[in-house]
Amino acid sequence: MIEIKNLTKRFAQHTAVDDLSFSVQAGEVLGFLGPNGAGKSTTMKMLTGFLAPTSGTASILGFDIQKDTLKAQRQIGYLPEGAPCYGDMTVRSFLEFIAEIRGFKGAEKRERVAKAVAQVELEAVLEQSIETLSKGFKRRVGLAQAILHDPKVLILDEPTDGLDPNQKHQVRKLIQSLAYDKIVIISTHILEEVSAVCTRAVVIAHGKLLADGTPLELESRSRYHQAVTLVAEEPLDKDALAALPGVAGVEENALEHSLSILAKPGEVIFAQVNALIAERGWKVRELNVERGRLDEVFRSLTRGEGL
Amino acid sequence: MSQLPVIFKRELASYFATPLAYVFILIFLVLSGVFTFYLGGFFESGQASLAPFFNFHPWLYLFLVPAIAMRLWAEERKSGTIELLMTLPITRFDAVTGKFLAAWVFAGLALLLTFPMVITVNYLGEPDNGAIITGYIGSWLLAGAYLAIGSCMSALAKNQVIAFILSVSVCFLFIVSGFPMVLDGFSAWAPQWVIDAVASLSFLTRFDAISKGVIDLRDLLYFLTLIAAWLAATAVVIDLKKAD
Repeated sequence: MIEIKNLTKRFAQHTAVDDLSFSVQAGEVLGFLGPNGAGKSTTMKMLTGFLAPTSGTASILGFDIQKDTLKAQRQIGYLPEGAPCYGDMTVRSFLEFIAEIRGFKGAEKRERVAKAVAQVELEAVLEQSIETLSKGFKRRVGLAQAILHDPKVLILDEPTDGLDPNQKHQVRKLIQSLAYDKIVIISTHILEEVSAVCTRAVVIAHGKLLADGTPLELESRSRYHQAVTLVAEEPLDKDALAALPGVAGVEENALEHSLSILAKPGEVIFAQVNALIAERGWKVRELNVERGRLDEVFRSLTRGEGL
Repeated sequence: MSQLPVIFKRELASYFATPLAYVFILIFLVLSGVFTFYLGGFFESGQASLAPFFNFHPWLYLFLVPAIAMRLWAEERKSGTIELLMTLPITRFDAVTGKFLAAWVFAGLALLLTFPMVITVNYLGEPDNGAIITGYIGSWLLAGAYLAIGSCMSALAKNQVIAFILSVSVCFLFIVSGFPMVLDGFSAWAPQWVIDAVASLSFLTRFDAISKGVIDLRDLLYFLTLIAAWLAATAVVIDLKKAD
């Protein structure tokens, strides 16, 4: 378990992380969300023992990161932002260096390196020096380095940043396959990633915790949660739709004859809307019930607009 | 288990991963030859001794050793790998000492490659080989002191050029602190013990003694304490500056 209590980091000019508290259990994949400069990376740097907090504590599987730094660090696999690696080393020698630092020797070292290499598919570039690799490969070297010792805690700072869609998909699958017995914390500002891999999302801005819940819970905070979007071949009667029970409002979309009918919180309006369509005999081409729009929740949360 | 050897091995290998090591060794060998034979008047002195060789080392190292040391930490900070290194389960001591030792062994390697000097002088005459050995020890200790200063300056500056200039400046201060021009500046107003203290900091007097074949425990302690102190300072500076 990771426990963060009243974690605060002040720099000379500003407060990067402001009294942050939460805990993460094994098996959870926590998506750490926030706009740039929200304090995501700073929090991760404190969790991994790179930065000392101004106040507050963080403990990794019971080891305080300030007092039992090395013991805590042994439990962690960390991919820093931008995946820094020693550019003059080859992929193999770099991973063997990490394996030795992690205390592996001889056959076990080679096994560990081979396994990590296979997991992120680095076989083709093993003997190349890291500085000659593309951004995607560098990122995967960083991932291989982090998962090499099969850590109980995986902290990944923007693991898919700069990857192409295929590589993103692959990294997400890797994270999901690793996650069952681990604690995984990933920071991202790509929201689809949260719905794709995370079991829990924490939103921060200006160093403060704004929301904490499953991606579904977050989506349900959207005003588009349970909204029904229609695309018809003829004009629709906005007023009739707005008058239906449980409807909070009707919005026109960019497309012609397309409306979004918003539900009041906790209401399901699909049945009513459907009944009205049947009654009026509208020719409806498309009909969608929305789960909610995470990007909209994110925007309204981080800009301080009330939901 | 200490991870110092792992750090040491990686760091030493990284010198040879780029042409830097070979260029450095070449420049060092050429310059030490030039200094010994032309400026030092090795043949003209008519003595079978390597004094003309060792005498120039403090000045030769002044520019060459900071060039090895400048990348120690500045590069880690610039490329961000310091975040990787400092979040791996290694102690600050292992990281600082491992990197320093790699640079020191590398400098020692360059120094050992001057062995043709020893062969030459033994061919030409009958030198005091004991003095030559202490000369090498003294020279290596001197390089260590320069490197420890360079390591601290490298931790201080993110930019390698600035790290280089800083360490040349600080090393220069340690060389000239035994010179009359510096001591005269103090003698007018400072009590004698201050002057003695400043003079005793000088690399030159210590190095001269060792390279002449006199190994005084105090001189050895001086160099080793100096190295330890600057490495401790390096660790403190890294903690303060690593996140910048």
